[in-house]
Amino acid sequence: MTAIRFYTPLFLLVALWQAAAMGGMISAELLPSPSAIISGLVHLASGGDLLTHVGVSIYRQMAGLLLAVIVGVTLGVGMAQVAWVRDVFEPVVRITYPLPKSALIPLLILWFGIGHNSKIFAVFLGCLLPVVVSAFNGTRGVNGQLVWSARSLGTRGIRLLWKIYFRAALPEILSGLRIALALSFTLLVSSEFLIARAGIGYLIQSLGEAGDYSGMFAGILIVALIGFTADRLYVKFMNWMLRWQDQG
Amino acid sequence: MAGSGIAAARAAAPARRRFKIPAFVRRSASIVVLLLVWEAVGRAEMVDPFLLPMLSDVLVRGFEEIMEGGLLQLAGFTLYRTLLSFLLAAAVGVGIGVAMSVSKRARWFLDPLVSFAFPIPKIALMPIFVLWFGVFDVSKVLMTAVACIVPIISATHLGTRNIDKYLIWSARALGTSEAKLFWKVVVPAALPAILTGLQIAFPITLIVAIVTEMLTGGQGLGGYMIYSARFGESDKVFFGIFVTAAIGYALIEGFAWLRRKLLAWHAETAHAV
Repeated sequence: MTAIRFYTPLFLLVALWQAAAMGGMISAELLPSPSAIISGLVHLASGGDLLTHVGVSIYRQMAGLLLAVIVGVTLGVGMAQVAWVRDVFEPVVRITYPLPKSALIPLLILWFGIGHNSKIFAVFLGCLLPVVVSAFNGTRGVNGQLVWSARSLGTRGIRLLWKIYFRAALPEILSGLRIALALSFTLLVSSEFLIARAGIGYLIQSLGEAGDYSGMFAGILIVALIGFTADRLYVKFMNWMLRWQDQG
Repeated sequence: MAGSGIAAARAAAPARRRFKIPAFVRRSASIVVLLLVWEAVGRAEMVDPFLLPMLSDVLVRGFEEIMEGGLLQLAGFTLYRTLLSFLLAAAVGVGIGVAMSVSKRARWFLDPLVSFAFPIPKIALMPIFVLWFGVFDVSKVLMTAVACIVPIISATHLGTRNIDKYLIWSARALGTSEAKLFWKVVVPAALPAILTGLQIAFPITLIVAIVTEMLTGGQGLGGYMIYSARFGESDKVFFGIFVTAAIGYALIEGFAWLRRKLLAWHAETAHAV
């Protein structure tokens, strides 16, 4: 209820947009009315293709992000804990950090073609460094007293890593992951726009080329809603994971 | 193993190691090895040069492209669009952020819009910008600015909202006019937060600027790389990545330098030095 009240201005804008479109003040070619977009959405959904495209996109995004989390957390924690791992990978991270990862998309097209893999790797490479850096900083920032106490109580090795370092670094890792989540959608949609035979980015692109603008706007609305929902769900998940933390 | 071994390894290391490897060697060794391996697998013909051209070939081709192909002009176009989009987003974004802190009505209206816009992948709007503004600079610059404006707005809003009330009260008590209060107190006090917002926005600007160039072609590094990929000229793709990385590096370092200059009076700079 409060959420609905909070978003009142958004609904007002949509109502204004609809009124202006019905009053003939904006060209339907340039900006279809909200009702036209909704009917475009219904049309897309009834065709049956929509779910396939959305499914393909979400699969690519999840696969890339998951890969980035597994490799990134391992690498970040490893760099914080083991001197030689840090010596090897820190220069590589430092030199690749300023590269806008979208610049790798053409190379990935050359390497992996136009199927799933070029998109999965675009997402993976785009999300990897934020995860590595947050895992590294989080692990290095662990309070020494926690480690000493655990050690004096006999916690060693993998258990120390899992029970103390990983847990204590979790808040930082999770906030790095939120940045990675946002980046994952940007890279996914970019690479699907550029070259693809399936996926929501491809769908938007092909509807636009066919001149079906209400369909194109509907596709963009779907991407926006997916991004928005994913972030809200992630924040809920993050709060649940960190429920042991002091609030405030 | 990693956890308990550390203390022991740290204690033992200085004794065991006769000489210390100089820091600059340690800091660049893996890069040098990586580049050598890259060149070596090419020379040994272990990989298809179409997929991974030799480093030396990439550099030679890049040199030719700079001398004859006008690659630097293309880089200039990319740089120009990136900076223009960024400045546009900074000016408008800081304005909106301040407005949200000053006016309750502006906050009521803009807060939900910003919070909705924050997590959505803005690049998805590119087809709309192309529909409205064509495929040239206007759509590229506006798309890029829209993609990076949201973090600037929210950082500015946070920074100006949380200004220490005592600063404002003291300035008012000393007779500072409202206009002067804004420039002399509010802006400097909010500057660290605003600069942080700009530093978050900047990498996004570059990512999206490159993608818009790939999508709509024309002059620029993004277009150059995607055309080269379509024609299968992988050495050009690699060199394009090098140039893009160099631009990214220069801009991010330049930004960090600017931050130190602008915040020379601030405590964070004193700590950093």
